[in-house]
Amino acid sequence: MPSNSAAGRWLSILVLVLASVLLVSGAPDDRQLSVFSNLANYSVSVEMRNGADYIGLLETLEPLGGVSAKINGHHWKLRFNTVEAEFTDGKKRAKIQGSDFDLPSNFFLENARGIVPVASLPSLLPRLLGGPVAFHDAGRRLFIGDAAVHFTAQIFKSNPPALILNFTAPVNPTIATEPGQLSMKFTKDGVVGPGSPTILFDSKVIPSATFQESNGTAELVISATAPLMASFSNGNRTITVAAPPVANAAPAAATPPPASPSVTPSGPLSTPPPTPAATPTEPRRYFAVIDPAHGGDDSGATLGNQLLEKDITLALARRLRAELAARHLTSILVRDGDISLSLDQRANIANTVHATVYLCIHASTQGTGVRVFSSAIPRTAADRGPFIDWDAAQASLLLSSQRTVTKLSDALEPLKIPIRTAPAPLRPLNNIRITAVAVEVASPDSNAGPESPSYQESVTKMLAAGLAAVHDELEAAK
Amino acid sequence: MTPRQLSISVIVMLAIAIAMGVLVWRTRKTNSAIQTAQTNSAPVAPPVSGPTEQVTLYAADDDSGVLRPIAARVPLASDRQQRGEQTLQALVKFYSDKSSHHVLAEGSEIRAFYLVEPGLAVIDLNGAFANGHRSGVLVESLTIASLAKTLSANLPDITQIEFLVDGKPRETLAGHADLSGVYDVSSLNQLADQLQNGQ
Repeated sequence: MPSNSAAGRWLSILVLVLASVLLVSGAPDDRQLSVFSNLANYSVSVEMRNGADYIGLLETLEPLGGVSAKINGHHWKLRFNTVEAEFTDGKKRAKIQGSDFDLPSNFFLENARGIVPVASLPSLLPRLLGGPVAFHDAGRRLFIGDAAVHFTAQIFKSNPPALILNFTAPVNPTIATEPGQLSMKFTKDGVVGPGSPTILFDSKVIPSATFQESNGTAELVISATAPLMASFSNGNRTITVAAPPVANAAPAAATPPPASPSVTPSGPLSTPPPTPAATPTEPRRYFAVIDPAHGGDDSGATLGNQLLEKDITLALARRLRAELAARHLTSILVRDGDISLSLDQRANIANTVHATVYLCIHASTQGTGVRVFSSAIPRTAADRGPFIDWDAAQASLLLSSQRTVTKLSDALEPLKIPIRTAPAPLRPLNNIRITAVAVEVASPDSNAGPESPSYQESVTKMLAAGLAAVHDELEAAK
Repeated sequence: MTPRQLSISVIVMLAIAIAMGVLVWRTRKTNSAIQTAQTNSAPVAPPVSGPTEQVTLYAADDDSGVLRPIAARVPLASDRQQRGEQTLQALVKFYSDKSSHHVLAEGSEIRAFYLVEPGLAVIDLNGAFANGHRSGVLVESLTIASLAKTLSANLPDITQIEFLVDGKPRETLAGHADLSGVYDVSSLNQLADQLQNGQ
């Protein structure tokens, strides 16, 4: 019937409108703050009050220890482990362990639930937790203690080129690909970015990556001119991003030795576009792995008023790379920026790059000259079958390392500065599975320091000459 | 008039009372000394005087980057653990001298020394020792080699050495020399020998 049909149409429209309104109004407020700690990583909802972000204090603290709260009129008494705090509804002034503490905006007690401004967390939480807290305001990400996960990004100019991301702890991002980029979203991992949000790579296929944080999540977007795939290895501490290999790759003779990433991919995560069966490619060979010691949070020694060892070692490493390149010797830097790397990570990089020699650079203002070290291996190797004792991994290569120390020492002789060779109880030398040496560059004399550009040039030139002198012997032994 | 017998009795009783008083006083003094000895459980301080013995300290020289053996006379206890601690303390004291060629931070001390099990020695440095130590590969290596060689030369049956700082494990001495594991003495002696030879 027409009347019924019209009524039905109107009813349908009404239902649709109501459903839309309900969907919009009932959409969950997904504004959140992520907390990363050594005990737990979790997210807490963020609410808006008087134009400011607020958060429930009890639910923020609950995963971190024993917490309880009592209401006494307008007062809200909180106890976290042994710390006591008292907040008053509608007031900025609070008391923590008997001392006054001012919130940036008022505390609210709503339905027996105490909420505090998010902006107060960087100063409030250290008093309650008794430890340092770092708050990334723009991304609403809170790091308690040393829970942040750092990473390094390095391009390997293989065919196809690969971006190796090494993390200081296992990570499990959500990976998505779309034309021109691959993104990794870290919702449960406290990954923090490098100093600059954009990282540029010397690669046409993977020219850059951008790190951003928002709404409790970090995202690393890798731009690319070809489809990319990501694979995990090293217990989810390493992610290799590369274009899928193609069958008709250029022949080896036409290009520098074809290579694959140093860290063997264990299986693709994203769905790569269909490709023909891949031809296994031979790993790219680097002659030297150069490790500028320290970096990031670890400044190393303070040399003079403003100089940090980590900066001098990086400058020396870059110079050495250039000097080696001038001698047609390939090398790779363990870090090419101011980033934190653990000693184990440095050893892992050196052991997986399949290079011939590892050279770690230190700098000092104690005494003068250059010291060249091999490893003082802490104990007799306790290898078990195919498993190599990590602390004594260098043992079987020690003779080769000691010979290299001698060659480098000989090469440095023309500088007419004190040259000293010795073993050193210095990690990660003992964890390296290739010929491994360390160099400590001290001042040339009492009038100059290791930061002198001309001195650095002379030292790195001689070190490159020494490495060139030992190149054939090491390659033959390898 | 006092009878003669009564006077004699009073004198005898007085003599007995005085003798008893002296006896009680001496007994109390002896008991007090025993009690003090029993309740004082603090570590016995090394003897600052008394008979000394000759030990060899392997002292670092930063200028030349070598270890040098130095004969010193040190008051030593008979107990091996105390001897080890006293020898290391003598080395640190040697470095605290203004003429030392390997300066340690002010307040540097051997916090404790333990012989945990046959062959394993634990050297516990205080915070001032590590936190104030100069940072560098060679300078830190010299300190480690100096402590290890001095200890093993004077307690030859030690086979392993572990370093702690304020009773806790620590990654490095001052950013370079590895303190994270247990060292074979042979490995540290090899390091010390090469530093001694100035190679």
